[in-house]
Amino acid sequence: MTADPTSGAHVYATAVHKRFADGTVAVDNLDVEVSPGQFVALVGPSGCGKSTFLRLVAGLTGISAGTLTVDGMPPHEARASQRRLAYVLQDPTLLRWRRVRDNVALPLELRHMPRNDIQVRVNDALELVGLQDVGDMFPRQLSGGMRMRVSIARALVAEPSLLLLDEPFAALDEITRQRLNDELLELWRQRRFTCLFVTHSVQEATYLSQRVLVMGPRPTRVTAEHGVAFDEPRSATLRTDLAFVRLVAGVSRDLSQAMEERPAE
Amino acid sequence: MTRNRLTRGAGIVAPPMLFSVLVVLAWHGVVTLFDIRPYLLPGPMDVLHAVSVHLPTLIGAAALTAQAALAGFLLSFFVGFLVAVLFSQSRLAERSLYPYAIFLQTVPIVAIAPLIVLWIGHGLAGVVAVSFIISLFPIIANTTAGLTSVDTELLDLFALNEASRWQVLIKLRVPHAVPAMLTGARISCGLSVIGAIVGEFFAGYGTQDFGLGYLIILTNAQTKTPYLFASVLFSTGLGLIFFSAVAALSSKTLDRWGGRDVN
Repeated sequence: MTADPTSGAHVYATAVHKRFADGTVAVDNLDVEVSPGQFVALVGPSGCGKSTFLRLVAGLTGISAGTLTVDGMPPHEARASQRRLAYVLQDPTLLRWRRVRDNVALPLELRHMPRNDIQVRVNDALELVGLQDVGDMFPRQLSGGMRMRVSIARALVAEPSLLLLDEPFAALDEITRQRLNDELLELWRQRRFTCLFVTHSVQEATYLSQRVLVMGPRPTRVTAEHGVAFDEPRSATLRTDLAFVRLVAGVSRDLSQAMEERPAE
Repeated sequence: MTRNRLTRGAGIVAPPMLFSVLVVLAWHGVVTLFDIRPYLLPGPMDVLHAVSVHLPTLIGAAALTAQAALAGFLLSFFVGFLVAVLFSQSRLAERSLYPYAIFLQTVPIVAIAPLIVLWIGHGLAGVVAVSFIISLFPIIANTTAGLTSVDTELLDLFALNEASRWQVLIKLRVPHAVPAMLTGARISCGLSVIGAIVGEFFAGYGTQDFGLGYLIILTNAQTKTPYLFASVLFSTGLGLIFFSAVAALSSKTLDRWGGRDVN
């Protein structure tokens, strides 16, 4: 399995089942396939197991049954290989004793990259998210939106083939959120990593992704899917486009249906 | 702004100063009014006189006690850190040894100090040992808490980047534990002075060089109460200096570390 390192990762999940030690079933019979370079959004009720699915894909926790591969390998193997994987959470999870620059450098540092190379890559990543001027600041000196940008820069610095985002912008105000949406889309267009984006917002899911997967309550599975085919590159005017609004309404309908659906005992 | 800060500083300093002046006046008043003998309760002027007469001896004794306390404190910081690292790396070690670490906290140090001096010997080493034992636990407890209270999200981040156990320790746990370590140090430094003085109660030293603890025992035995008061005053002052120094150092370190806890 030698995938092209410049393209996105291939994620394949079939009949994935996850039961925790306490007996709760978070994910049941989940089938998802994401082609290399695709941007897929996952929407669903809170606590439904979307985050668990991302953690499974990241190899942070193991599946109980089924098949889950990233580029044909089990997630923890894919993670260890050159095919890098990055994770962005709602909380920017920055190390508060490190300056912005050193926070972004962390993934490369942990992977023993030579110091000079790290410096170049960190500068590139900071520029990518427009933070070249605050590299020497501490996280506490930044606004919530800027902290999230640092978190994204840290995720992208290792040039991941797979980017997992778990409600990354949920804690931000609407304007910052929309700006970061556009920035993320632009980064994705440049880098074409595969993207799995978990969100509560149907609007956000539809605006960003090529596919929206609607997930049911715990134990979760995909209950509906919408293809999103708008002209690229997308911009803010899309938000008021009639076709966009219709699609958002359709996804919302499926989502409320999914929330009513009680899974079989 | 400077003026503002000055007035605020005065607002903090003035009330306790005023209070201490009142206490000293009341003390003086009681002693003169009831004509209390100086060997029972010396007045402030008697103590001041004792200080001026015995100043070189008091300073010499305080320096020796300070030396022992500093050695005990540094040793406890170093050993406590290593023990905490061991605890953070092995649940088994923590579970089997932590109860004995608590023993350090609960054992009456005055009761075992003579034993320690008996085993380790009179002189500086015995005093340092008592100081070390009494100041060890706060370092262990606080540093262990700091090393093990790392957010799971941060541990995930390190796991995602294939970090080794060593990298997690050096780049995540230890820096995360810095504020907790400093809290432990602030508690311990005061204790280390107490430990040194208690150690000197039993370890003594020779007739030429002795610390404040020895001086307290000696002046008490000879009922030179004003001198005893002066020794206690110097002991308290030494503790205060230790605490202020470590507090200032820890505040500086915290600023460099990336700011104080705001959450």
